Amino acid sequence: MAEVLVLVDHVDGTPKKVTYELLTLARELGTPSAVALGKGASAAAERLGAYGAEKVYVSEAEELDAYLAGPKATVLAQLVADTGAAAVLVPSNAEGKEVAARLAVKTGSGLLTDAVGVSAELVAEQPVFGGNVVVQSRVASGTPIIAVRANSTAPSESPASGTVQQVSATFSAGDTGSRVVESVVEDKGGRPDLGDASIVVSGGRGVGSPENFAIIEALADSLGAAVGASRAATDAGWYPHQNQVGQTGRTVSPQLYVAVGISGAIQHRAGMQTSKTIVAINKDPEAPIFELADYGLVGDLNTVVPALTQEISSRKG
Amino acid sequence: MNIVVLVKQVPDTWAERKLDPTTKTLDRASVDVVMNEIDEYAVEEALRIKEAQGGEVTILTMGPDRSVETIRKALSMGADKAVHLSDDALAGSDAVQTSYALAKVLETLEYDLVLSGSEATDSRMSIMTALLAERTGRPQLSGARKVTAEGATVRIERQTDNGYDVVEAATPALVSVVEKINEPRYPSFKGIMAAKKKPLTTLTAADAGIDAGAVGLASAPSQVVDFTNKPPRQAGQIVKDEGDGGRKVAEFLASQKFV
Repeated sequence: MAEVLVLVDHVDGTPKKVTYELLTLARELGTPSAVALGKGASAAAERLGAYGAEKVYVSEAEELDAYLAGPKATVLAQLVADTGAAAVLVPSNAEGKEVAARLAVKTGSGLLTDAVGVSAELVAEQPVFGGNVVVQSRVASGTPIIAVRANSTAPSESPASGTVQQVSATFSAGDTGSRVVESVVEDKGGRPDLGDASIVVSGGRGVGSPENFAIIEALADSLGAAVGASRAATDAGWYPHQNQVGQTGRTVSPQLYVAVGISGAIQHRAGMQTSKTIVAINKDPEAPIFELADYGLVGDLNTVVPALTQEISSRKG
Repeated sequence: MNIVVLVKQVPDTWAERKLDPTTKTLDRASVDVVMNEIDEYAVEEALRIKEAQGGEVTILTMGPDRSVETIRKALSMGADKAVHLSDDALAGSDAVQTSYALAKVLETLEYDLVLSGSEATDSRMSIMTALLAERTGRPQLSGARKVTAEGATVRIERQTDNGYDVVEAATPALVSVVEKINEPRYPSFKGIMAAKKKPLTTLTAADAGIDAGAVGLASAPSQVVDFTNKPPRQAGQIVKDEGDGGRKVAEFLASQKFV
């Protein structure tokens, strides 16, 4: 079977969960090969093999982290040419999509983003218009490049050899135009990243103040969840913009989404409608979020949420 | 500093958006349209840079005739002139083809910066800056929550999943902005009147040197095979808090094995 290249999302060689999901998906489409790029990449090989990567292509060239998207796309383009890959899978996050875009131009290929499933025939399923329509799409020219959302596949182990193969590439001036001069990490209180968290707890207008987001964070911590916010809350400056869920913010698809004090406007729904289970807490019984909720509680978040947090903590012992 | 702002006309998020069953592309005719919201932030940022440093702001839009309404809005905010790429041959182009067409038009314009919104509310792909950077060989500065342009250098704060990166490039460069960056102005009455007299150049595909065979639905490198209108999500159980709401939600979470 032909190789399916999977771009590894990792931090200093520790793969993120979405990488294991993509390798699991790639096993249905061909023979998975992981492509681990950047600082610490070679350290990821063993774990990538555990999830089915027969080969692990590795490059730790300095350019891969020093410049946006271009160098990673160049390495992938070279691997596509060398391996005759059947498809390339990348995580459908900001960086993954940009690498995919540049790769599509470099290789003269078509590109699909935001897939939540890919069939053996390489037909991707994509929710559009806030999840009201589901589209089946395919790539008609070149090598199919598909960006897949986190939490689309349940990751499972399937040991493979994970043979490391070093790759080297020459980067063009176009690849090295935008230089990252500083990376600033803002404290998330040790919480998981919104993008691939299994559980997300979000607060909206009903939270009422930046200080009151503490009760959202406490609930999130009791569940081991990431914290999100509606646009109303980020526009008001109550919570950082990078935590915004919805259109013009992050799109999440967790196992459990808890919406607290969020009315559920279409902009917000666009970012969370494909969550598997949705729980809503809102004092307004007419809030549209209740139309989506698997379980809705009409009540005052200021009393319900702390009680819920305490109940969860005591059940977890 | 001369700035080109990419502006897209999109269906109103609040309207019912549909796909045409025949072409399986967005039904643009039956729906209310607006300027893509984040593009307003890009126009605003361009105007602020121009007001501080001088230069000219040009709007570039690809889309059907109706897009003129959106172009006029950008002009009424204060942009100087506009280029409208409009041709039936372009209909149904996907993002990769659109980047080819826009890059051809950019070749005919002089610019230090190309600004755009980080995402369009209809397709939500967030890749146009990366595509255009690859096409033009110019630096990609995407996802900016802050832009500082000084001389021949432009520096942005690029929002990341867990903070931000400071990214720097030489001009000419391509920058996309997030809505955190500023608060867009409303067009003034004077601006609306002035917009009617501002230069608007309409280009066909041939005018821009675009190979008609490389654009449009028939040659699109990505194709929609089929689509289904999803039935609305079934509302579940809605319970009123009687003082035991926290416990009830916890019980639901336990029944679903989340706790």
